[in-house]
This record gives sequence, C-alpha cells and structure tokens, in this order.
Amino acid sequence: MENNQSIKYNHIKGWGVDADPRNEPTYPMKRYTGDDHRRLNWERPLQQLEAVEVLHSNERPAISAVFGTTLPPAGLSGAIRRYAFKYSESSFNHWLPLLLADRINVVEGLFDDLKRGYIPNVLAEKGWKSAWKYDRKGVVKKLAMRAAAVSFIVAAWWIMNHKKKRL
Amino acid sequence: MLAMNYRGPRRVRVDHKPYPEILHPGDAIIRVTRSCICGSDLHLYHGMVPDTRVGSTFGHEFIGIVEETGPGVQKLKKGDHVIVPFNIACGTCAFCKQELYGNCHESNPEATAVGGIFGYSHTAGGYDGGQAEYVRVPYADVGPLVIPTGMDPDDAVLLTDVVPTGYQAAEMGGIKEGDTVVIFGAGPVGIMAARCAWLFGAGRVIIIDHVEYRLEFARNYGPCEAYNFRSLEDPVLFLKKETGWLGADVCIDAVGADAAGSALHTITGKKLMIQAGAAIALHWAINSVKKGGIVSIVGVYGPTGNLIPIGNVVNKGITIRANQASVKRLLPRLIKHIQDGYIDPKAMITHRVPLEEVADAYHIFSAKLNNCIKPVLIPPSARN
Ligand SMILES: NC(=O)c1ccc[n+]([C@@H]2O[C@H](COP(=O)([O-])OP(=O)(O)OC[C@H]3O[C@@H](n4cnc5c(N)ncnc54)[C@H](O)[C@@H]3O)[C@@H](O)[C@H]2O)c1
Ligand SMILES: [Zn+2]
Ligand SMILES: [Zn+2]
Repeated sequence: MENNQSIKYNHIKGWGVDADPRNEPTYPMKRYTGDDHRRLNWERPLQQLEAVEVLHSNERPAISAVFGTTLPPAGLSGAIRRYAFKYSESSFNHWLPLLLADRINVVEGLFDDLKRGYIPNVLAEKGWKSAWKYDRKGVVKKLAMRAAAVSFIVAAWWIMNHKKKRL
Repeated sequence: MLAMNYRGPRRVRVDHKPYPEILHPGDAIIRVTRSCICGSDLHLYHGMVPDTRVGSTFGHEFIGIVEETGPGVQKLKKGDHVIVPFNIACGTCAFCKQELYGNCHESNPEATAVGGIFGYSHTAGGYDGGQAEYVRVPYADVGPLVIPTGMDPDDAVLLTDVVPTGYQAAEMGGIKEGDTVVIFGAGPVGIMAARCAWLFGAGRVIIIDHVEYRLEFARNYGPCEAYNFRSLEDPVLFLKKETGWLGADVCIDAVGADAAGSALHTITGKKLMIQAGAAIALHWAINSVKKGGIVSIVGVYGPTGNLIPIGNVVNKGITIRANQASVKRLLPRLIKHIQDGYIDPKAMITHRVPLEEVADAYHIFSAKLNNCIKPVLIPPSARN
C-alpha cells in the first residue's frame, strides 16, 4: 500500500490489509484444480443409508452421499412434492407445486396439532407479545384495519339481507 | 430436547423434539450453546423458500460443544467447543476441492443449484438446524473448527455466517485501492461488508437502507456514509451524482429477496410470488455501478427467477460475482482479523433471547423492532 494512502485512512483500523491487485473476477474464489473436468468421478464419501423417503433433483443421477432425513413427504402436500420432483430445477413445474405444497402443509400442520389435542396459540407463534411491547401503534393499526374490514363485511351483508326481505 | 418449530409463514414456536441421531459415520451431535437468527431465516419465515416443510427447525448460525461423534470422525472429540460453518460440505467433491464449500455436491439431494445448509428447507437438503438444544452435524471432520482459546463466543457464533459473508461480499467486489463501494442493506451482512470493504482498500464506503437505527449503527461501525432511500427521490440518480456521474466502482447487494422500496416488486415478488422475491435492491445495484464495474451479490433469492435489468448488465459490461459464502475457506483469515482487532463482530449482537422465546425473537428481527441488529438464541442448557 502506498504510504500517503494508508495515512489518509489511518483512522480506519486495518485499512488495505487485504488489498490484492490480483483480485479480478475469478480470483480467489475458486482454486483451480481441474477436478471439474473429471465430472462426477471424485472419490465419493460413504453413502448414508436411505431409511426414509428422500426426493432427489432429477438433475443428478442419485441422492448425495449425505442428506437430511427430517419430515419425509407425507399426505397431500407430500404427493404434490413427489409430483414436483418429476421436473427439473429449471422448470416452474418444479417450484410452483412445491410452494403450493408448502401452503397445504400449513393446514396439515394445524390438523396434526389438533389431532394431538394441542390448540396452537397462533398469536404467540406470531410474536404478538413483542409486537405489543415494541410496536403497540402497529398492533392497534392492524387490529383497527381488521375491525374495519369485518364491520364492512357485516354491514354489507346486513344491507343485502335487508333489501332482499323488502323485495 | 427443545427446538424451534416452523408452523407456517410468520408462525414459529418452540417444541419438544427427539434428540438427533448419528446417521452417517462422519456425523457428530453438537450441544448448541448459541444460535443466531439470520436475514436468510427471514426468507423462510416469510414463506418464500419452496419446500419449507411444516415442523422444520431452522438455524444455520450456531456454535456448541461436541456431545457425540460417529465412528469415522477423527479430528473432533467429545467436549470440543466448535464453530460450525453454515454450509454442509464433504471436502472431497470437485467443488469442495476448489474451496467452493458453499457449493458442495454431496450434501443436498433435493437441489443441485445449492449445497446443503443447516435448517434451511428441503431445497437445501432437509436438515434440522441449530435453533435447538442439539443438532446433527454431518461431515464433522470437514466444516467444524475448534474455537480458538480466548475467543468470545459471541464472536465465534458470528463466524459461522455473517462475518465470512460480509467479507466475501467485499472480496467478490474485487475492490481496488480508492474504489467507491456502495452497499445495499444495513443488516448484519451489509454492515460487515461495509467494514470489510475498507480492509480491501476502499476509498469511500456508502451504505443504503431505510431503517434509520440501522443506518446510524452502520455509520459508526463501518465507519461509512449512510443514506435512507426513503428520503432520496431516486437512489440510483443520487448515487450517480455522488460518484461524479459515472456510478460506483463496486455495488454490493446485501438485501436479497425481501427488499422494500418498489410496489411493483413487492406485489409480484412477495404477494403474487410470480418472481422469486422482490429484487429492487439488485436492480438499483446494477443501475448504480459504473460501466465495467462489479456487482457482488450475497443477498439470497429464490430459485425461480427475478425481474432485473439484465440488458443494462450487458450494455454496461458489468461483472456479476455472487455466491453463498465459503465459510471454511475464510475462517483462518477472519479469526486473525478478529484477533488483530480489525473486526469486532460481537458489537452487532443486540438481543440475547432464551430459545423458548423464539417466536418473539423472529418477530422483533423481522419487523426491525427495538433497534434490533442481530439476535442470538440461548438454549436453557447453555444459560447456567
Ligand atoms: N450469500 C450468503 O452466504 C449469505 C449468508 C447470510 C445472509 N445472506 C443474505 O444476505 C441478506 C442480508 O442478510 P441480513 O442478515 O443482513 O438480513 P437483514 O434482513 O437483517 O438485513 C437486510 C436489510 O436490507 C434492508 N433493505 C430492505 N430493502 C432494501 C433496499 N431496497 N435497499 C437497501 N436496503 C434494503 C432492510 O431494511 C434490512 O436492514 C439476506 O438476503 C440473507 O439471506 C446471504
Ligand atoms: Zn445466515
Ligand atoms: Zn463437497
């Protein structure tokens, strides 16, 4: 580093310690070894046993040596996920069904809770305690907006009904 | 054991889950002593990452104590205090061999575009994360590193992601001495990128956000210039004027898919989800960099695609550099930087929350309440 430059920045601790003129767009993020050209022929780690259903991207021949085993696909959301994995990662037919499955999974989660006799405290799950503590105005505004929406619907319903009766 | 449990967008709680098992000879079980919530977790929390299954435990930024090791583990032993990089990496595939530990090909069956990440949906391998009392850590001889003696655990936990990511954001910028570097996003990652830009010899560092307390923090911590885009009519025009009309030498996207600031992006990216999140910060980055400049992206986006001005990338001859941080590659250097006093990660931790209050911690961090920069969750077993 040029001296006068480092003096200019000497209020900034460590200024320029990692400056490296060789840092151009491919350096040093990747250490070239030529391994890419051997394609999938590296010495593979031991294969983890597939004890649960694991979906794998069709852009690879088989599952990776190691993988997570949490929450194997199940129920309606699981069926949709299996369908999604018929399509490559390049296809919307892969990702959009997965997002749909995620939403359906939320409802399944609710049923699972109830089946276990557990009624989820949705307000607590949404962190309303902290919202009330640190953002009371925001909570009040949200509640007021919801109340307004509900009263609007009720009023509309009442007026419609009233009209019908008079007819 | 206690573990965070995702129930749906913006709904999380803590539940009892079974203790994790060794499933591969290279696995270890770690007793978590601290785990952070990351801006990346917010993309999951907001329901934007496909294949985020209900019942998942998030958390990819954690440190802990080795509790149990598989028969193949040689370097780690019970009782070691370790930093666990957020990337799950085998160390032997073509990508790991080239130190691209964020791009391992042997840790995620579900997608080839992204390597395995702890607690980051099935799209990143279907692993449970570290916002729990215990966690399964695969390839335990590759990623985890024993915490150097004397290192503050709060510094150590930020070495799992934020510090390497902020550093790599600056590194990928290919910063030349005297460069003007603009960083979008004054979250923990952007703030760290601002700090690290100086280490690469930046001449001027500017950060853009719309959360005033974060701008204030960045201004002192960087130190850097900090501007609120809500008070700028057009951030791109502002930056052009600030940089002598040519644009910044380097722009860094440290915002990702939850960007605010454009109704069009919010509606198409976050409400209708016809693009993979809101990409307005990246849009600004591309349009604010000089011709021939570099845009470095660490902000995370979904897999489907985004509306960005790619035509301008072509016409301006911009180089885009982006990746998940390669944590393992950077750790030795960053540990040294902490020891030398060049970076002070722990100063970013503003909230220490018991794991049991995970729902509030998520809400506070997501809604940017109570001057929150970085929250850390502490499991009960690590509190006494
Ligand atoms: N590539 C990696 O390895 C890696 C690792 C960690 C985090 N990340 C990603 O980095 C990003 C930032 O992470 P974080 O923990 O700092 O998150 P954060 O949510 O705390 O910070 C994001 C900041 O961006 C600000 N912001 C929103 N819209 C903006 C806009 N249009 N212009 C400028 N600023 C805007 C927000 O106000 C917030 O302060 C996230 O997308 C996260 O997923 C990537
Ligand atoms: Zn993270
Ligand atoms: Zn690998």
